Amino acid sequence: MSQQTLSTVLFLIFVAATLGITLWASRNTKDATDFYAGGRSFSGVQNGLAIGGDYMSAASFLGIAGIIALSGYDGFLYSIGFLVAWLVALLLVAELMRNSGKFTMADVLAFRMSPRPVRTAAGVSTITVSIFYLLAQMVGAGALVGLLLGVTSPTGKALTIVGVGLLMIVYVVVGGMKGTTWVQIVKAVLLMGGAALITLLVLGKYGFNLSSLLGEAAAKSGKGEQFLIPGLKYGTAAQGIAGKIDLISLGLALVLGTAGLPHILIRFYTVPTAKEARKSVLWGIGIIGVFYLLTLVLGFGAAALVGGQTIAAQDKAGNTAAPQLAKAIGDAIFGSVGGTILLAIIAAVAFATILAVVAGLTLASSSSFAHDLYAHVFKRGDVTEREEVTVARISAFVIGAVAIGLGILAQGQNVAFLVALAFAIAASANLPAILYSLFWRRFNTAGAVSAIYGGLLSALILVIFSPVVSGSATSLFPDAHFAWFPLSNPGIVSIPLGFLAGFLGARLSKEYNPAKYAEIEVRSLTGIGAEKAVQH
Amino acid sequence: MTTRQHDSSVYERIEGEEGFQELRRRFRSWAFPMTAAFLAWYLLYVVLSGWARDFMSVKLVGHVNVALLLGLLQFVSTFWIAWAYSRYAERRLDPLADEIRHEAEKETA
Repeated sequence: MSQQTLSTVLFLIFVAATLGITLWASRNTKDATDFYAGGRSFSGVQNGLAIGGDYMSAASFLGIAGIIALSGYDGFLYSIGFLVAWLVALLLVAELMRNSGKFTMADVLAFRMSPRPVRTAAGVSTITVSIFYLLAQMVGAGALVGLLLGVTSPTGKALTIVGVGLLMIVYVVVGGMKGTTWVQIVKAVLLMGGAALITLLVLGKYGFNLSSLLGEAAAKSGKGEQFLIPGLKYGTAAQGIAGKIDLISLGLALVLGTAGLPHILIRFYTVPTAKEARKSVLWGIGIIGVFYLLTLVLGFGAAALVGGQTIAAQDKAGNTAAPQLAKAIGDAIFGSVGGTILLAIIAAVAFATILAVVAGLTLASSSSFAHDLYAHVFKRGDVTEREEVTVARISAFVIGAVAIGLGILAQGQNVAFLVALAFAIAASANLPAILYSLFWRRFNTAGAVSAIYGGLLSALILVIFSPVVSGSATSLFPDAHFAWFPLSNPGIVSIPLGFLAGFLGARLSKEYNPAKYAEIEVRSLTGIGAEKAVQH
Repeated sequence: MTTRQHDSSVYERIEGEEGFQELRRRFRSWAFPMTAAFLAWYLLYVVLSGWARDFMSVKLVGHVNVALLLGLLQFVSTFWIAWAYSRYAERRLDPLADEIRHEAEKETA
C-alpha cells in the first residue's frame, strides 16, 4: 500500500469516527445552550483538550516546525508568543467571561452598553477575525494535500478544499458545539500522540542529548551557529531596524491576540462553572506548552535529519518539514515500510488538525452572526431560541460556502500572513473592549464601539499598506507598490491605537451606567447569576 | 432562563460590602501586577532576541546557548505562573467568592 493510500485510509477513519461522534452529539443538541455552548457540560479536562485542539492549527504544527527547520531559533521565538498569551486568558479573561457571558464575546461587551451598536461592532470583528483565520487554513489545506497526497492539479486541490469545507459544515451544522468540541478533543489526542512519537524517536537517535541534536541541526542547516540564535527570519541584518521593530510588533500581537480570539473565547462557555473554566485553561496551557516543546525537537530534528535544502525543495515555507522528518526517522529506524507508515500517520494528523480548527472558526462566526447580529441587532431580541439556532445553522452553511469559494480563489497565494493579521486584529480591537468592559467603571457604548472599530480598521489599513500586500517579491501583489507602512505586522501601532480609541471614546461620551458596572463586576468575580449547565 | 434575575440594586449593595471589596482587592492585587510582570519579562526576551544577539549566542553547555535557555525559561515561568494562580485562587479567592454567592442566593431563595 502506498503512503498516499494509507494516509487517505487513516484520515477517512478519523472522519468516520468524528462524524459518528457528531451524529451522536446532535441527538443531545436540543436548545441554544447545546448548540452554542455544548450544554455547558464539558469537564475542565475535556475543555482543556478541546482548547488545545482548537488552538494548535496547522499553522502552528506544520508552520512552526517548518520555520524552525529552515530558520532555526526564530520558529521557537514564534511559539513562545503563542504560549505566554494564555496567561492573559487565564488571569484576566476566562473565568470572568464564563461568569458574565452567555454564548458569544459580545454578550460581555454588550452587558452594560447600548446593545445594538456594540453587538454590531463585536459581530463584525468576530466574523472578520474568524474568516481571515479560516481562509488561511483552507488555502493551507489545498497546499498540503498537494504535498502529502500527491494531488497537484488545481482541480484536485479545489476538490480537497471543497471536501474539507463540507466536512466542517457538517460538524458545525449537525453537531453544534458538542460535535465540534469532540472533534477537537480527538484531534488534540492524535496530534499530541503523533508529535510525541516522532519526538521520542528523534531524541532516541541522538541518545537523548539535546546538545548533539542542536549541533547536528546547525551543521546540516548550512547556517552554522546562527541557526541557534534569533535573526535568520525575523529582524535579519538585511532588514535593519524595521525588521527588529517588526519582531516586537509580531510578539505583541501574538501575546495579546489569543485572549481576543472569538473561537477561543466561546470555549470558556462550554464548562459548568468559572472554576472549571480556570481548570480548562490550566490544562490547555499544559498541553499547548508541551506541544511547542515537541515542535522544537521536530523542527531541529528535521533540520538535522532531512536537511534544509531538501525541505525547501519540497515547500519554500518548510510546511512539510514535520512529515518529511517522520519519513526520514521512520526509514532510519524501521526501514522504508516504517517510514511510509509514520509519514502516513503524520499526514493524516495534519488533516485532522485542519478540520478541527476550521470547525471551531465556523462555529464562532456563525454563532456571532445568529446570536449577535440576527437575534439582537436585526430582530431586536424578538426571536425564539429555535429560530435563532436555525439561523446559526444556516449561517454556518453560508460561511462555510464563502470560505470554500475564497479558499479556491486564493489557491497558490501567499496568505500565511492572515493568521498573524487575525491575531493583530484580536489584540487591537477585541482585547481592549473586553478588558475595559470588565475592569473600567467609566467605560461605555461609545468606548466599546470606538475600541473595536478603531483597532480593527487601524490593523487592516496598516496591513493593506504594508510589505505583505505590495512592493516586495513575497507580497500578495508583488508588482504593485503602495507599501508606505514599513512593518509586516501592525500590532505595535494598532494595539495602542485600539486601547487609545476605547479610552477617548469613553471619555468623550457622558453616558455610563454605574449600576450595570456593579452588576458585571459582582457577577464576574463571584459567579452570582452565572449561566448554569443544561441537565438532560 | 435558568437563572434567577436580581434587580441591579442587589449588585450595587453587594459591591459596596466589605466582603466583595476584599475579594476584588485580592483578585486585582495578584492578577494585575503578575500580568505586568510576565508581559515585561516576555518583552525583555523579545527585545534581547532583536538587539542582544551576541549575548544570546553565548554557549552554556555544548550547543545549548543563552537564547535557548531564555526561551525555555519562558515556558518554565508560564507553567509556574499558571500553577501559582490556581493555588492562589483556590485558597484566597474561591472561598470568599463562594461565601458571597451563597449569601446572595439564600436571600433570593
